[in-house]
Amino acid sequence: MTIEAKYGVPTVAMHTDKFDRVVASVAKVNGMPGLRQVFVPQPIMGKTARQLRAYVDGIDPITGRPVMQEVIEGLTRPSPDDGGMQFDRSTPRLVPADTAENLDQLFLEQHWTDGLPIVLPTEARVAAMLAGTKRKPDEVVGRMRSTHFREHWEYTVEKVAVNAVMAGARPAYFPVILTLAATGITARSSSSSAMASMAVVNGPIRDEIGMNAGIGAMGPYNHANATIGRAYGLLSQNGQGGSIPGLSYMGNQGNAYAYSSITFAENEERSPWTPFHTQHGRAAQDSAVSVFSGVRTTAFTLGLPEKHWRQHVEHMLRGMDPHGPPTLLLDPIAARQFVDRGNFTSKELLIDWLYDTARMRASEYWNYQLIQNYIYPRATFGEEPWASKLKAADDDMIPMFRREDIHVVVVGGESNGYWRIMGCNYQRTVSVDDWR
Amino acid sequence: MSEKLTVLNPLGYPPKITPKALAPRLSTLEGKTIYLVDCRFDDSDVFLKQMQAWLAEHMPGVKTVFKPISSVYLQDDPTTWEEIKARGHAAILGVGH
Repeated sequence: MTIEAKYGVPTVAMHTDKFDRVVASVAKVNGMPGLRQVFVPQPIMGKTARQLRAYVDGIDPITGRPVMQEVIEGLTRPSPDDGGMQFDRSTPRLVPADTAENLDQLFLEQHWTDGLPIVLPTEARVAAMLAGTKRKPDEVVGRMRSTHFREHWEYTVEKVAVNAVMAGARPAYFPVILTLAATGITARSSSSSAMASMAVVNGPIRDEIGMNAGIGAMGPYNHANATIGRAYGLLSQNGQGGSIPGLSYMGNQGNAYAYSSITFAENEERSPWTPFHTQHGRAAQDSAVSVFSGVRTTAFTLGLPEKHWRQHVEHMLRGMDPHGPPTLLLDPIAARQFVDRGNFTSKELLIDWLYDTARMRASEYWNYQLIQNYIYPRATFGEEPWASKLKAADDDMIPMFRREDIHVVVVGGESNGYWRIMGCNYQRTVSVDDWR
Repeated sequence: MSEKLTVLNPLGYPPKITPKALAPRLSTLEGKTIYLVDCRFDDSDVFLKQMQAWLAEHMPGVKTVFKPISSVYLQDDPTTWEEIKARGHAAILGVGH
């Protein structure tokens, strides 16, 4: 769109057919509904040159016309007149009054829910939620979008309250929910990789609102954990203007973590190390939320058996996609085992060891599809550390991750020493106290 | 008859859309230079090279330039766009997944 609109170069954009609704929508919201888009079958990835030549020689599966005819006409036929197109971009404050049953159905049909029953956001309920903060209802909290190419939508304190009510949250939780909204990081990415998000809460707010850092913390057993996480998902999909499969959500398999956005408190009291938020610029007495995106890969095991614990961890790390760096979620028992076995007396020492341990042959690393898509271009552009990695010989063992992308959080109730690795990307840590 | 409720709309506020004009189309591709711009996603380079071969076979009067973007598709690439504007007449970008 940039090359067409800003540089004045007639352009045709090629896409695979699964994305026809997405790209039409993106073109429209960018003010170019007439953008020339031509489609070939999905997938491109892994096809031979001969198979892809057949795509070129073949038919556009969306229009039924020859692909190359579409391309040539897209570059030579005058643009259709889009001048009369109207864009309805308003959002009314209220939904037309109706029965609860009909409203439930409306919210479902509009894709305003996560498919589960919601609490209808009546004015009284929203007003009660708004009492959970001193911020004004019309204050803008942030902006969000589902993907890089879409436009940012904006939301106010009241809009966040509406979604918090829908999720079943209590007013006491509202500052945490507002904080999640203020990050501007969506929990409803439209990535075809089916991302979820994760939120870790630290500081006094955990006990004030009864969050769980112990047994079942990441499961459906605590009202605050469950509804704050659900609110994060709902405010994301609605705050950003939608998360509709095939239109504004393309996660190929979906991700069950997205129901709760894996929201929990760190078990600071039973951790042998400093709390997560203090590693990211906050004081121990501050309340803060740390957000991770791109949650996809998971590896898990029990404890650290004395003889081969290093190899076990190495294999777990090697099982991660190198584009999804590891965040270790350690039950306190497992955390103390890392201290005992490896003398990792701080999270930083453990992270140093994880960074050194997570290695693979350079040729294997560069062959990963996500590395090809997202890292290799940056390496060839000279970005470090990838540019240096690119100079490695095929058999050199190179780090899979950047050190700064590896993290450790302590969570669990010590019913056993199970622990896991989440492949995900730490984004930022934001103060809850600012949103009380 | 069930009571009617008034509830709030959960959607955020969209930005205004400013319509943008497309670039004028070419009267012919004959004698023109078309950039085939590889967005470096999945195997789009393989696909675009097949399209380049098709153009060489069927439209030999069209000059083509295969051009990978400088970095990942998530980043703007003004250097490449400037080159295309200066040296080319049209562009084919691909492949968005």
